[in-house]
Amino acid sequence: MSSERDPNGMTRRQLIRHSAWFGSAVVLTVVGGEVISHIAGSTGTTKQQAGPTLRFVQLSDSHIGFNGPANPHVVDTFTHAINQVNSLDYTPDFVIHTGDLTHLATPEQFDQVKQMLAGLKTPHVFTVPGEHDSTDDAGQKYRAAFGAGTRGDGWYSFDVAGVHVIGLVNTLHLQKLGHLGTDQLEFIEKDVAGLSSDTPIIVFSHIPLFAMYPDWGWGTDDATQALSYLRRFSSVTCLNGHVHQLFSKTEGNVTFYSGTTTAYPLPHPGDGPAPKPVTLPAGALHDVLGIREVSYTQGQQSLALKERKLQ
Amino acid sequence: MTPGMVGQGSAGPATPTPGSTAASAGTTSAPAAPAPQGGTAVTMSNFKFDPATLTVPVGSTVTWTNQDEEPHTVAAKDGSFHSPGIDTHGTYSFTFAMAGTFDYVCSIHPFMTGTVVVTQ
Repeated sequence: MSSERDPNGMTRRQLIRHSAWFGSAVVLTVVGGEVISHIAGSTGTTKQQAGPTLRFVQLSDSHIGFNGPANPHVVDTFTHAINQVNSLDYTPDFVIHTGDLTHLATPEQFDQVKQMLAGLKTPHVFTVPGEHDSTDDAGQKYRAAFGAGTRGDGWYSFDVAGVHVIGLVNTLHLQKLGHLGTDQLEFIEKDVAGLSSDTPIIVFSHIPLFAMYPDWGWGTDDATQALSYLRRFSSVTCLNGHVHQLFSKTEGNVTFYSGTTTAYPLPHPGDGPAPKPVTLPAGALHDVLGIREVSYTQGQQSLALKERKLQ
Repeated sequence: MTPGMVGQGSAGPATPTPGSTAASAGTTSAPAAPAPQGGTAVTMSNFKFDPATLTVPVGSTVTWTNQDEEPHTVAAKDGSFHSPGIDTHGTYSFTFAMAGTFDYVCSIHPFMTGTVVVTQ
């Protein structure tokens, strides 16, 4: 915590002056720190002046191994996404892949996607598994490839730039919806117990932690319990994949953002009988695939999202 | 727990426990295997098992064929059988060596549910 002054009393100019406090080693007080998230272009703020303290990229649902007509070239589109990350005019602090790395969880597909992710120009790559990554072994092959340093069935947390980040696993032991389970709920409760309530929280999961469309399994049956541990925090942002389309929703202190995919679109909730891959007219696929840039700026207390189409 | 149907034995359905040898190991095949005809075939189409409930005599080999663009699995709720991911046009077969009622789901899309009733 900063002992210098009350940030609520800071003027804009003072905040800019304090932009010298960069880096994760510097801890700034984020008093009453509502993290204001927005889609790029909606309510642009002046984040460029101070410069973001934390910048990362979300990739999702690469489905390496899929070769249906909705996208016979998922390796190409994922390579495209990786190149787009590497072409940013900054180096992301980390890249998170929110699951369905593979299509069928074969060792070959895990090898391939792992090698591809190694091409990202970033110091850290984090992942959470999708149900396609844990089809038949409760995530054993996934953890063999990506589970180093994680706990339990692959969950984890870390702190960066004053933000607490939690990666969750909700694709194992599915009954109908995503499921976290008792052990993981206990982990979340203990993990955040010592944190100040003004610590911004970011949560990654594959399946949404909100009820986006339960009839298609687009929800997590015990997410309410998990979110209850996060209720006292002034700012909680949950990023997920799984649904292959952009969507956002705010419930109290929590904002949920579903990300798009690098592979193929799925229907909007309830549009048609099942969440079947959608084959678009030629040339239209890249418009619905993409990557998500996320930045957080201390002092400005904002988390900004930029949705980027594959270019 | 099982909608509608139970095994014919008066003692009720005999459900193998995980790891038991009551049923043989399942097999999968690459795409292009023709769907079996008759009463031992289940298709996976539009994210549904069809028929949702299949009744077969003990010893039958049931074959599931995936006709969707998405992969599916066949996973017994009691753990007695669990296919790998079955890709488009792929199949999975399992021989039921014991009578009973076997509820299963697709573990990728667990809103897909089915039942195999194995009679003596």
